[in-house]
Amino acid sequence: MANLEENRIIASNLVYTYPEAKKNAVDDVSMRVKRGEFLAILGHNGSGKSTLAKLFNALYVPTDGTVWVCGLDTRDDDLVFDIRQHAGMVFQNPDNQIVATVVEEDVAFGLENNGVPPAEIRVRIDEALRAVNMSAFAKKAPHMLSGGQKQRVAIAGVLAMKPDVIILDESTAMLDPSGRQEVMNTVHRLNEEEGISVVIITHYMAEAATADYVIVMDEGKIAMSGTPREVFRQVERVRALGLDVPPMTDLAHMLRADGLSIREDVLTVDEMVEEVCRLSSKM
Amino acid sequence: MQLPWERGSAMLNDITLGQFFPGDSAIHRMDPRMKLILTIVYIVGVFMVSNLLGYLISLLFLYIVVRISGIRFSYLVKGIKPLRFILIFTFVLNLFFAKGETVLLSLGFFTLTAEALSYATYFALRLVFLVMGTSVLTLTTSPVQLTDGLERLMHPLQRFRFPAHELAMMMTIALRFIPLLLEETDKIQKAQMARGADFETGNLIARAKAMIPLLVPLFVSSFRRANDLAMAMEARCYRGGDHRTRLRELRYTRLDAYAVVAMAAFLMVIFAEGRLLG
Amino acid sequence: MSLVIENVNYVYMSGGPYETHALHDISLTIEDGEFVGLIGHTGSGKSTLVQHLNGLLKPTSGRILVDGLDLSDKATDKRAIRRKVGLVFQYPENQLFEETVEKDIAFGPKNLGLDAAEIDRRVREAMRRVAIDYDAIHDRSVFELSGGQMRRVAIAGVLAMEPQVLVLDEPCAGLDPRGREEILGLIRALHRESGATIVMVSHSMDDVASLAGRVIVMNHGRVAMDGTPREVFARGEELRAIGLDVPQAVELAERLRERGLDIPQGVYQMEELRAAIAAAVGKGKRHA
Repeated sequence: MANLEENRIIASNLVYTYPEAKKNAVDDVSMRVKRGEFLAILGHNGSGKSTLAKLFNALYVPTDGTVWVCGLDTRDDDLVFDIRQHAGMVFQNPDNQIVATVVEEDVAFGLENNGVPPAEIRVRIDEALRAVNMSAFAKKAPHMLSGGQKQRVAIAGVLAMKPDVIILDESTAMLDPSGRQEVMNTVHRLNEEEGISVVIITHYMAEAATADYVIVMDEGKIAMSGTPREVFRQVERVRALGLDVPPMTDLAHMLRADGLSIREDVLTVDEMVEEVCRLSSKM
Repeated sequence: MQLPWERGSAMLNDITLGQFFPGDSAIHRMDPRMKLILTIVYIVGVFMVSNLLGYLISLLFLYIVVRISGIRFSYLVKGIKPLRFILIFTFVLNLFFAKGETVLLSLGFFTLTAEALSYATYFALRLVFLVMGTSVLTLTTSPVQLTDGLERLMHPLQRFRFPAHELAMMMTIALRFIPLLLEETDKIQKAQMARGADFETGNLIARAKAMIPLLVPLFVSSFRRANDLAMAMEARCYRGGDHRTRLRELRYTRLDAYAVVAMAAFLMVIFAEGRLLG
Repeated sequence: MSLVIENVNYVYMSGGPYETHALHDISLTIEDGEFVGLIGHTGSGKSTLVQHLNGLLKPTSGRILVDGLDLSDKATDKRAIRRKVGLVFQYPENQLFEETVEKDIAFGPKNLGLDAAEIDRRVREAMRRVAIDYDAIHDRSVFELSGGQMRRVAIAGVLAMEPQVLVLDEPCAGLDPRGREEILGLIRALHRESGATIVMVSHSMDDVASLAGRVIVMNHGRVAMDGTPREVFARGEELRAIGLDVPQAVELAERLRERGLDIPQGVYQMEELRAAIAAAVGKGKRHA
């Protein structure tokens, strides 16, 4: 692979079929996650997006095609633990992924598994907890935390492994709006400050709108891809794939239908304010 | 976060099993392995006692330990309360069936002998000390430390294929998931009550049947949780106990040495006293 | 049929060091046929309040009257309460347990002691209301269904009790956009068709704005605001102060007004805003 340095994950003609399933859950997908990129994968339930995520950290092994994580082929059994250290994963249900009964011990779990010396573990978990703003909770029991806090602990657990990519598999789906915001702020900060690539799998269009690049999955294939602007401006197409568009994109679409010459790729309230003001001042 | 009364942690408060009182006393700071060993030694020591003075000395020793730990002695006494029926039952049983020659009282088929009386008394006392001794351990050692201590004490047995790490991991996971499952039970129970389910009235069979709408969803969700957890552990490079390091290393300190000396002194006193008064 | 909440307080673990006043002197009257959106951040007391509405939690003081029936009165028949108020919990699919969809939906009506014919009628009716095809699905195992279908079956299980008041706690939590749209659609249809009184707890301001005729905002166990969506969402600053969002339409309207555009006060739905923007911009055109 020529441009390994620039690509954290490369999937090439990737196919995955669940045992005894007739259809491929992931069907001939080729894509990549660039260094420092924030990528969102969208798709309705059963579109194959979660399966794709699990192929990115060797939880599943491709039926056909190849995944390279930081240059490591996930089909190679000897590389599995290296791959999981490079590409960490945060899951949907905050309660079902915390192993230990004390926050800091949970953050240490992955490092313990990899045989990191205790003194080094101590340093790394303190750093990781600080990075997700959970230092004050180091000694607390996980079940006393809010959903957003639990997910931040899970992120710290991944972060302590010093990964190059963090994959969030619908990690905000079970949270309330403030919990979602906490998690999104945390991963954006890690992406910007530490240069860690982030892959989020989500149902929330507002979250996808903050990504650098969006992939829409349907029937195991990539149905659309591009920057959020390029994808969401195609309102009908996105809807047909069982998804939504951000409310402001929707409004822009409706206003265009009313004959206003507004940009069709508006994503945020800020942009909409500017667009409407531009129009009204031109008048 | 859900509020405590929405997730039924009232149920949690009823469970006193293995309760832990956080603290920073010398007893709390001892190495859990040493605490485990010394608890066993203490109980064995008490089991060798065979006169009342010996029990008084054992009680005094326990009292001093509890004072050092900063826990109120009454907590310990409270711990015995739920056992009172077992205590009375074994006491009476021993009175009836223990053999002896010195007849104190004879009522028809029932003869009370001095030997049976003392045996029954000592047996009950041993039970009390067994419970109090282990309570000191669980009251001053967090479940995490206890699991750690157990795992490391049992570690040498791994050579004989004894699954020390696996057992400890299972204990940790159980500790982690008990509060969750209690919450969940409460939630499902309420949801079924909202559909008119009645968990409170009816005879035994009716009540057992009424549990199905509670148990099935609980099983389903437990399996899902187990599945999720297994995947999450795998994703974090879990591969069993080999090559694993631990965040907290256990280290014996001077405290543990003092404890050993204290325990040895106690054993010697008990032994000498037994020899003298035997 | 009205739902009257009179001076309800709920104190948890009273007397102890952890005493928590979860509900403070709540008084509300919900009229027949209203659609109430209940909002507040996690821990504001909304779920606690909701569990009072069908007697699962008993107020520490005060009382709740449903159609004149006092829920806190010990003599009140529990079945009568369940018949009047149906409660759909968060993630209701977690309560499914029967072998088949049909049996699971029939669980509630059976507990009410209805006869077989009536139970059958209710199961079919409930399935129709949640848009699940009886013939195709009724003898399937509940655990074979998709997430969205399971959610709808669970809701049907409560609808089959034919309650006069339907309370839903976050009915769309965790669903994908299509699933959300389906559930919201069927709740809207329920309200329109049967005129049932509906109380919906939601974190989504946009959902509440599009459905509810009345919005109650809870904060720290008290009712912070109570009014039409227009009234409540006009108080954007206060909502933000207690950690809540406003619907995006409201936010945009506020911002455009600040920039001097003529957007009428009280706009809170996207369709209204669309018209308002078109008018404002169009007006400018005419003036020019």
